[in-house]
Amino acid sequence: MRAQGMVTQYAFFVNSDACSGCKTCQVACCDAHDIPASTAPWREVIEVVAGGWTQKGALWSSNVTAYNLSVACHHCADFVCARGCQGDAIWKRHDGIVLIDDIRCTRCRKCEADCPYGAIHWDSLTNREQKCDFCADDIDNGGAPACVTACPNRALDFGELSELRARYGKTQHVHPLPDPSISDPSLVIKPHRHAGVGTDPAARLGPSPSPFPV
Amino acid sequence: MQRRAFGEQVVRAGCVLPAITGNVGIPGGWAGGMGFQAPAGGPLWNVFPAGDNPVKASIPTFLWTEAVVRGTTLGPEHGLRGAARLDSNIKLIYSVASNIAINQHANINRTAGILQDEKLVECLIVQDNFLTPSARFADLVLPACTQFETWGLEDGWKYGDEVFLMPKIVEPPGEARSDYRICADVAERLGVGRAFTEGRTERDWVEWSLGEMRRQRYPDLPTLAQFEAGNTGVHARPVTTPAIAFADFRTDPTAHPLQTPSGRIEIFSTRLHALNRPAEMPAVPKYLQEWESPFGPEARRFPLQVIGHHTFARAHSTFEGVGWLENAFPHGVFINPADAAARGLENGQLVRVFNARGEIRLPCRVTVRIMPGVVAIPQGAWWTPSQQRVDTRGSVNVLTSERWTPFAFGNAQHTVMAEVKRA
Repeated sequence: MRAQGMVTQYAFFVNSDACSGCKTCQVACCDAHDIPASTAPWREVIEVVAGGWTQKGALWSSNVTAYNLSVACHHCADFVCARGCQGDAIWKRHDGIVLIDDIRCTRCRKCEADCPYGAIHWDSLTNREQKCDFCADDIDNGGAPACVTACPNRALDFGELSELRARYGKTQHVHPLPDPSISDPSLVIKPHRHAGVGTDPAARLGPSPSPFPV
Repeated sequence: MQRRAFGEQVVRAGCVLPAITGNVGIPGGWAGGMGFQAPAGGPLWNVFPAGDNPVKASIPTFLWTEAVVRGTTLGPEHGLRGAARLDSNIKLIYSVASNIAINQHANINRTAGILQDEKLVECLIVQDNFLTPSARFADLVLPACTQFETWGLEDGWKYGDEVFLMPKIVEPPGEARSDYRICADVAERLGVGRAFTEGRTERDWVEWSLGEMRRQRYPDLPTLAQFEAGNTGVHARPVTTPAIAFADFRTDPTAHPLQTPSGRIEIFSTRLHALNRPAEMPAVPKYLQEWESPFGPEARRFPLQVIGHHTFARAHSTFEGVGWLENAFPHGVFINPADAAARGLENGQLVRVFNARGEIRLPCRVTVRIMPGVVAIPQGAWWTPSQQRVDTRGSVNVLTSERWTPFAFGNAQHTVMAEVKRA
């Protein structure tokens, strides 16, 4: 969605109800930013599974449901990743995009733990902190983030936060994302029709302890 | 569903259901077969001159290894058509854009043994973009370029009417050449070069085909020059009035009889009844216990059913080895938490999946997304055998059986029993 007026806070819209979990956004991001396969992707699609199986005689029945959430740096209004930054390297542009200044970065790596979404990744090949930069170079040239352009289901959108909210609503949270009051993420979500409601304060996204979601 | 031991039954049952509920010949009903939506043939429509093959004998694709080991003994009971007998067993295979010679055919260890016997297939030629497990068995590997490195054209092969221009974007790398150029050079050495190419390059054929399509079917189809000038990728004529199979039969069954002996819907098939093979092809579709089944004696050793589902990470075995895709969809066997707990397995742990035909090793993904008693292995992973013939990558076809379905001679690669243990 092209912004109508001046942008003070760029944001992503994620339609979890339309997401098939194909992860084209994740791979398109890796492609656009030449992220090596050995490094964590900046955008990740997480799979949320609920329900289980019950047996009655020889018959198994299930209420299993699953949905997908495409998550990256949410360029939060209150970008708590910068709080502990020793080099004052994390800054916000006039249009709300949060960037890491690699020259100022002291490699203290506190931001990785401070981001409630686990969206900042250490790249051991280059010794740098890496995260979604909203494809700022493309944005500045009138383009769009690679993930939004690539989504075959058109489940992603971007634009000025107030305009996205006017169009898609104000939902900022869905299970299992962390409490949005921590950082006020610039994020609008259309939850999947089977998504549970309510905030799980214990939930924290981050590098998966194992390669598979349970 | 149909790629199972008695897959014919599922397909027939699917046709019978709308018949007994009165839903044949209406929008959203089903009558079986493919719903060809485009008028005048749709997917079967082709302007490209395919020539006339003087060899009329054909065998079911899935029985190709049978034709290698005992081709001359095959008959109509094995699906042989166009000849009473084959003159010889298969001695030469020219495999283009296919990983079927090893990876995608059932029972890889058996197939590998067949291909390693030089007295059987004496020459295997594989023409592909990648050095696949099949190409590793080839006597001759012909590197073909991708669709981005030559000219191509795709017509509306699916449900609508579209023409896709596939322009050449970059030059082919190294020695790679287009499939067309390779075939043209083979044709020239066989003395039929001119008849094959008619003097045209790939781009010439695209231009020629656009002209034929315009003449036969799409009067408003742009020329190649217009396609290029307008940067047009797709010329689409969306289907506005979808075809409804058997609508005419529903309206007037007498005037539009079906191709059955009675001209009517036959839930009880008199022709199948006449076959007198009720154990394999009953006259009315029904459940038949499969040759490998949780209810058979084999389940004592191999209690878990295996299905080889399609994964987002690959198109069959294509795109294997792409790191970004492997990160997105790590290869692993799906197993229910109940089955995992019974075997002491934790999510992400390396496991052995095995039966009498072979063994693979791969991580397990413990998830309720798969039913208890069933495990799922994304099909298409490249066979990577150890010295002991254990597949260290995890191709499901190490476990599958070469036995074919009784009536359609189709593959039954989802009828597999196996056991999973900690590696």
